[in-house]
Amino acid sequence: MSLSSTLSHLWPFPGGIKLTSNKTLSNQQSITAAHLSQQLIIPLSQHIGQPADATVKVGDKVLKGQILGYAHGPVSAPVHASGSGIVTAIEEHLVPHPSGLSSLCVFIDTDGYEQWTDCSPLISTEQNISELSNEQINEQIANAGIVGLGGALYPSAVKLRTAEKMHTDTLVINAAECEPYITCDDVLMQRRPEEVILGIMLIKKIVGAKQCLIGIEDNKPEAYQALLETISGYNSETHIEIIQVPTRYPAGGEKQLIQVLTGKEVPTQGLPMDIGIICHNVTTAAAIYHAVYRGEPLVSRIVTITGGAIKHPQNMEVPLGTPIRDILNQAGMDESKIEKIIMGGPMMGFSLPSIDTPVTKATNCILVSKKGELDTPPPAMPCIRCARCSDSCPMSLLPQQMYWYAKARDLEKVQDYNIFDCIECGCCSYVCPSDIPLVQYFRYAKTEIWDDERERNKSNIARDRHEFREERLEKAKAAKAEAARIRKQKLAKKKALNDQKPLEEAKSSDRKKNPDKPDSADLIQEAIARAKAKKAQQQSKKKNTDNLTEAQQKKIDEINERRRKRSEDKKSAT
Amino acid sequence: MLSGILAFIALASFFGLALGLAAVVFKVESSPVIDQIDALLPQTQCGQCSFAGCRPYAEAIATGDAPINLCPPGGENLIQSLADLLDVEVLPLGEEEDAFQGPIVAVIIEETCIGCTLCIQACPVDAILGAAKQMHTVIESECTGCELCVAPCPVDCIEMIPVKQTLKSWRWPEPLYNANNKEADTIFTTLDQVLAENVRP
Repeated sequence: MSLSSTLSHLWPFPGGIKLTSNKTLSNQQSITAAHLSQQLIIPLSQHIGQPADATVKVGDKVLKGQILGYAHGPVSAPVHASGSGIVTAIEEHLVPHPSGLSSLCVFIDTDGYEQWTDCSPLISTEQNISELSNEQINEQIANAGIVGLGGALYPSAVKLRTAEKMHTDTLVINAAECEPYITCDDVLMQRRPEEVILGIMLIKKIVGAKQCLIGIEDNKPEAYQALLETISGYNSETHIEIIQVPTRYPAGGEKQLIQVLTGKEVPTQGLPMDIGIICHNVTTAAAIYHAVYRGEPLVSRIVTITGGAIKHPQNMEVPLGTPIRDILNQAGMDESKIEKIIMGGPMMGFSLPSIDTPVTKATNCILVSKKGELDTPPPAMPCIRCARCSDSCPMSLLPQQMYWYAKARDLEKVQDYNIFDCIECGCCSYVCPSDIPLVQYFRYAKTEIWDDERERNKSNIARDRHEFREERLEKAKAAKAEAARIRKQKLAKKKALNDQKPLEEAKSSDRKKNPDKPDSADLIQEAIARAKAKKAQQQSKKKNTDNLTEAQQKKIDEINERRRKRSEDKKSAT
Repeated sequence: MLSGILAFIALASFFGLALGLAAVVFKVESSPVIDQIDALLPQTQCGQCSFAGCRPYAEAIATGDAPINLCPPGGENLIQSLADLLDVEVLPLGEEEDAFQGPIVAVIIEETCIGCTLCIQACPVDAILGAAKQMHTVIESECTGCELCVAPCPVDCIEMIPVKQTLKSWRWPEPLYNANNKEADTIFTTLDQVLAENVRP
């Protein structure tokens, strides 16, 4: 397959920008292994969806690869121990997130033995993957805690199951890695192309795609060659095509890459699956290879450590949960030069709130810049309506319009301009001559919209509950009133019945006429009489004294005599 | 002539019937404006507006008996959206109303609770669980933070605490445009001044 033939069937995507790649800083060295840290801090939420449920307790001994938390709910992923040791705490700790908030983490004090738990591979490299069922592979992927490692962090097994059910004819593998500085996918393809290709074949088998297109930017010739050589070892039945795409940011955006490779556009607010395409990242493919061929869950990832303030920029295989400080020290951080510490790339990354946060499944790059290396935008100037932002937008949006509405917090209008199609690539902010932080406005507007939605849902629930309560109280009140009415009615009936008895009538009328003491005395007398009558009646009811034999009668008489005597004795004694 | 008259009579009676029927079939029970206002209100049912809940306040706004600025939980955003809906002027939040400090929830200090059920009766959204002489607890996800349960408690065991922010509820801050804008304005004025000075001979 010649280069020209592949280039001939490429399509452009709108907008985009040319950036200095700065990739050679870190893509020439082989992958180094990170030193084992004394303490691993493993967040239970390293993916989109519900956090995992912790299954270990403080004091438990865990082995490498042992499960720490099970997936909670349909969209979730388990997390595993990335080193053997003792669980010392399960508590909140700072996580790498722009908010600087904490989240629940499992702390492991490593013992240094790196003892693995039982790994049960599904298959060996000698066997054919057609021996496996899709469900088997999917379950293995789900249990390994694999999520979209290109940055989406969506549980891979969930995505694959959905794609399996839908009609998916093309698998796109994202190997573009378009952001400057980041080279973790690049070195993975250079050094471990076999893993990538085998992982891709597994994905292809599950989704049942007819063809597979690997899109790689043309600034990674070594990785391209490595993949080509690996693929040539397999027969042409694999239908895997490796295509070099022009280096233009953000060609590695899922929707942009699909557009470049297939010419198809993902519909607004839709998914690639809607047009029969599924997209996975190369690192995810390699993780799937590890899960299926070695039985290893996702416990480490390759992280690019680069930037002007790093003495030895490199790619490191880092156990998840390793404090970022440790890997920065290993790579040699020149503390006097540091200006910014960014997780991710310079375009879409964010400044880390602290370097004592752990490496997670999302950590692809730690960029430590020296002064003057990255542009610090000067204060924003007013928008001059030059429309460079809309020219550069790869999603063909109108950033200047969205900016006005986001600034005015007109959340409805900003949605009319399809803010949710914004991929936050940062092209608009980059080209803005007034240095307006456009992406920040869009992020702000998006989270405001989500928050509004949450609030609305909450108030709807509150309204329903309040109305239900009102209804219930109303019902209770009505029931009470009804019960009172019935009671009154009964009383009235009783009274009416009593009124019919002439004697009673006379007496009650009597009572009404002179409600004095004699009357109440009368009543007392009456009550006493009634009580006496009742007692007499009860006494007459003693049935066990009837029909006694002579002997029995004699015995009773004896007892009665004894009782009488005793009581007399007592009386005399007192 | 006759056919024309007949045609118009036929048309008139048809439309009359259609309209009459529509009035019966599509009869609106309550004023849609009240529903619209009610949909905007935060439904905390806290009564800080001096009405017995959000719906009564919505009704009062609809009839023009109450101004739109009596709802502290709704804050400025609510006033803005009510003003948009009713096409009235935006009013500042009433001065008596304390500024809304962000979402809060009630928490019962369980050691102190005597199980008197008074708070259960006060809760407008049935968010408190418990029975007589049994410890009570607040269902946090359902609590609107109205504080109506605080006053009836005879042992002061209910505390209002701010809702903890999580990674999911976190919002990006608004970019500091205003601060920057001031600077931008000053730069612009100086630029203007510079230009003006250049023009001068």
